[in-house]
Amino acid sequence: MRDKALFNATRRQILTAGGGAVLISSLPLSAFADEADLLRARTDLFGDRPIQEERVTVKLPPIAENGHSVPLSVSVDSPMTDDDYVKQIAILSPRNTLPLIGQFHLTPFSGKAQVSTRIRMSGTQAIQAVAEMSDGSLWAGSTETVVTLAACVVL
Amino acid sequence: MMRWVFASGLVFVAGCMSEADNPDSAIIAKEDLQSGFSFLTAETQRLQTDEFENPAYLWVDRGADLFTHSTDASPACASCHKDGLVGVAAQYPKFHESSGELLNLEGRINQCRTEHQGQAPWAYESDELLSITAYVAEQSKGMPIDIEVSEAMQPYVDKGRDYFLTRRGQFNLSCQQCHTENWGTQLRGDTISQGHGNGFPAYRLEWQLIGSLQRRLRDCDTGVRAEPLPYGDPTYLAVELYLATRANGLEIETPAVRR
Amino acid sequence: MTGIRLSVPETAARGEVVEIKALLRHPMESGFRRGSRGEVIPRDIITRFECDLDGTLVFASDFHPAIAANPLITFHMRATESGVLTFRWTDQNGEVWSDTASIAVT
Repeated sequence: MRDKALFNATRRQILTAGGGAVLISSLPLSAFADEADLLRARTDLFGDRPIQEERVTVKLPPIAENGHSVPLSVSVDSPMTDDDYVKQIAILSPRNTLPLIGQFHLTPFSGKAQVSTRIRMSGTQAIQAVAEMSDGSLWAGSTETVVTLAACVVL
Repeated sequence: MMRWVFASGLVFVAGCMSEADNPDSAIIAKEDLQSGFSFLTAETQRLQTDEFENPAYLWVDRGADLFTHSTDASPACASCHKDGLVGVAAQYPKFHESSGELLNLEGRINQCRTEHQGQAPWAYESDELLSITAYVAEQSKGMPIDIEVSEAMQPYVDKGRDYFLTRRGQFNLSCQQCHTENWGTQLRGDTISQGHGNGFPAYRLEWQLIGSLQRRLRDCDTGVRAEPLPYGDPTYLAVELYLATRANGLEIETPAVRR
Repeated sequence: MTGIRLSVPETAARGEVVEIKALLRHPMESGFRRGSRGEVIPRDIITRFECDLDGTLVFASDFHPAIAANPLITFHMRATESGVLTFRWTDQNGEVWSDTASIAVT
């Protein structure tokens, strides 16, 4: 016979101690980026050229159970021919310590504008991908992922 | 507000197992046994089952290399174990009559190193020991854990069971309270697993590395704010054996991916 | 060598777009984590990945600290001619890891 009463009694202790854990684990090691940092990083890369929110699809799981390794896939609507191809895709975060996650450089040999990797996400956020085409035009897309907190955070 | 967050993250729902025919209440009925795999998100499951993308295979590759090539004068593992070690990991931890000790797979590999290869044992969590243990265990992937408890092993099983049932740490929680009584329920963002070691050494997203079952046990102890035991501690060995008996019949998944 | 896993089809039809995967064992230590004594763990990351076919660049990537440990990268290539693909990872200090794979285009 399991003793539910005893288990419930410890729940209060978990709540108290767990509260401490949440507070500690949410203390930033260094300041997180915000939307303004993302925009600054984007300007550093592409200047003030106009960006159209089209043609770029960012695929991320709706929920990530651990922010250390989240599968990311980006695809861009492009024929990928010798004179019309995606030159670069930049992955940007509005919440990580650094807003620039990575850059992919494609060539006409790439054949298909689709790239996948695994990224770190320090919390729930919308990851943005900006694609620069061979004609210099810029396109963007973004997707939000909820990053959940693990049960027992080992500090 | 904070209080509400904690409360909602800690919804404990009553366990759902029958204990009728089970003399050991910490044992989960065979038909309810579920690997940690079934408590992962689809994306993490895919990472495990994709034998290219599963990062733990980077260590399995190194293990294969260590197994087949000797880096010094000592004979390579493969010079004796010509056909590999298929099925061996499913029987560990095992009591070794000759030496009179209980050995986990890591311990058995180190016994080979010291007795047959004239080498110093590899340290716990060293890259070499993790790699070769993962390589050997991977050869049993898909085979059910098959532990037969002999008379000599019973005291170790009892000791491991005792650890499993004992409340510890600031949270005053036993392994049993989460992993037998509340598996399948939510603890913050996680679904509580049944606490089986059938995927270890495993790649944990948390570690961003492969690690041993004892590292996992140390993290569990730390998680309930208890002082973890040192690597290789006889009590952890006994816990490993108890966990294996508790997981009897579950398939080996090494190298698994876990949260 | 161990520590690198490559997935490249051995053969491809001319003009076919093939999927290529490359995995490197590397901690990608961000430089933002602290050890058990509160000390900052220094940054140690791969900063550049390149793949070329007999010297012609097919794909490259710049990695920053938010690329996950043991970086995996999946990209594509239009198979135009047979050759040797060279995969090269360079870390922040200029150290290089590399491996090759052949592809036969028919």
